[in-house]
Amino acid sequence: MSAVRCIDLCKTYRQGDEDIKALDHLSIEIDNGGFVCLSSPSGGGKTTLLNAIGGLDKPDSGEIWIDEQRIDILSKGELAELRLRKIGFVFQAYNLIPVLTARENVEFVMQVQGVAASERREKALAVLDEVGLAGLEDRRPSEMSGGQQQRVAVARAVVSRPTLILADEPTANLDSKTSDGLMDLFAELNENHSTTFVIATHDQRVMAHIPRLVKMLDGRIVDDIQQTAA
Amino acid sequence: MNTLRVLAMLAWRNLWRNHRRTFIMLAAISVGVWAMIFMTALTQGMVNDMIEDGISALPGHVQVHHPDYRDDPNITNLIPIPDSELSARLEAAGFDRWATRIKVPAVITSERDSRGVMLLGIDPSREQGLTFIDESDLDGRFLESIEDGGIVIGRELADTLETEVGKRVVVMSQNPDNDIADRGFRIVGLFGADMPQYEEGFAFVGKQTLQRLLGVGDFVSEAVVMGDDYRDVTADYERLQALFDDSVVVQPWTELDTYLGTMLEVMDGFVLIWVIVIFLALSFGLVNTLVMAVFERVREIGLMLALGMRPSSILGQIIVESMLLLVIGLAIGNVLAWASIEPLKGGIDISIVAEGMEMMGAAAVLYPQLRMEDVVLANVVVLVLGFLASLSPAWRASRYQPVEAITKVD
Repeated sequence: MSAVRCIDLCKTYRQGDEDIKALDHLSIEIDNGGFVCLSSPSGGGKTTLLNAIGGLDKPDSGEIWIDEQRIDILSKGELAELRLRKIGFVFQAYNLIPVLTARENVEFVMQVQGVAASERREKALAVLDEVGLAGLEDRRPSEMSGGQQQRVAVARAVVSRPTLILADEPTANLDSKTSDGLMDLFAELNENHSTTFVIATHDQRVMAHIPRLVKMLDGRIVDDIQQTAA
Repeated sequence: MNTLRVLAMLAWRNLWRNHRRTFIMLAAISVGVWAMIFMTALTQGMVNDMIEDGISALPGHVQVHHPDYRDDPNITNLIPIPDSELSARLEAAGFDRWATRIKVPAVITSERDSRGVMLLGIDPSREQGLTFIDESDLDGRFLESIEDGGIVIGRELADTLETEVGKRVVVMSQNPDNDIADRGFRIVGLFGADMPQYEEGFAFVGKQTLQRLLGVGDFVSEAVVMGDDYRDVTADYERLQALFDDSVVVQPWTELDTYLGTMLEVMDGFVLIWVIVIFLALSFGLVNTLVMAVFERVREIGLMLALGMRPSSILGQIIVESMLLLVIGLAIGNVLAWASIEPLKGGIDISIVAEGMEMMGAAAVLYPQLRMEDVVLANVVVLVLGFLASLSPAWRASRYQPVEAITKVD
């Protein structure tokens, strides 16, 4: 069964007098438990595709299926519910809610889901420990380094065991050591929990970690490579 | 419930992200609420004073008259029920404060001058708390019985007539046969009143003495009932109406003194307008604060939407934030208002503008009146209008597209 299936997606943005094709009749299928890297030069369409898969943006045409549910026809509220229950996000930056501590940030999604306080706390502490942030749970984002913040974001993305995690340039603001650590963490979570990962990046070091590399250009897939992770 | 808890926590913490802005806004709300309640208390105090003075100038809360008496208050238009029976009915109905009176226009003459007055024949034992006369502010004595042969007039009238306690005056009126009825009275007391016009315009004699002078037997011009609250006389009015048939008319004070009745309505309306005007001034600050708060948090709002928070929860979060700000501001404003009004309950001397106030029927000492209804009104107006004012920025926040909000650049 496929975790993600995109069929003939098109998305055009208007920039000044020019129409930019962000997605150009793009189709892709990602299996459950897949670990996929979307790679393209800037403006190649990887973020647009990621946003469309996550229900953050709607394509002009085409179909998007997540866990055999067509999502491009869902309402805002239904998309919010889908993201809440099935999808975890890791963004490039500004990932955390600044007024919440690390633990509260991790608990946030579960809290919106309605999970009981004790269960939330237990799960949040366990996953923070898993991402190597034990002892930092009461720190606010402003009291943590970029790498630590990104780890909190990863913890938040995985804590409620979504079937799909979408990460957009997750290492863009990290040094190489922290970046490698984060990718190891993704790989571990993918292997241990069979969570599907779709990561958009143009970082060569990240690409090297990922078994399936999808190269995009001008909104189209130009190469789809199965590779052996480094 | 869980979502509400998340919203409340986020709203509370967001409120204190920018301490200075929150404190300034809280100060504005608190001062605004204080101004609403304080000014309302002063206004209500003044209105209350004017109305109570007006009511104590003999109307009481509800009166009973002959149907033609109000148009022509002469001696022929007496209540067509004997005073003994009328009093028995009022007594049996269980009213606490009531009186029956003869009330006719008359001329009072001293050896120096004469003046037209409203002459009242009263039962002094029943007038306690019904008239404006304060027995502690009396030269001489008050009337002692319905057969008292003396007369009590105001100090201003005594000055005009150049007379004093112990001297005699002649009172002249008409009897039912349109003949002159007159007799001499010895002045036994001079009363003072808040309003100079009361001191000039009223004279009091024993009820039976006046009935005999006018030859009207056991009949009176009016029956007066005083309840507990001039704002709520409906119950007394209905009870009185039930006691009589169409041979008399029963009227509340708002009909007896339409000026005062209208003033009460106008002032109640004015209080509402005053509260709303202050809020409108406040609302600019409130909306600006919320717009700024939303504007500063666009990416954060986008993030929460992306994580699965519903737009309605974003709307709720901004509204909860606004409500928290308002509730804290209201609490401080209410305490400030109470703390500033309580020490002034003994009265504020406004004698410097007393003459102007007296023309409006108010006294030289203003007693602020903190009414629960006005406090509730101010609080409800602030909360309801505050809620409405928050809707626009909250709605705007909830309409953000997550993908655009997340990528917003400062």
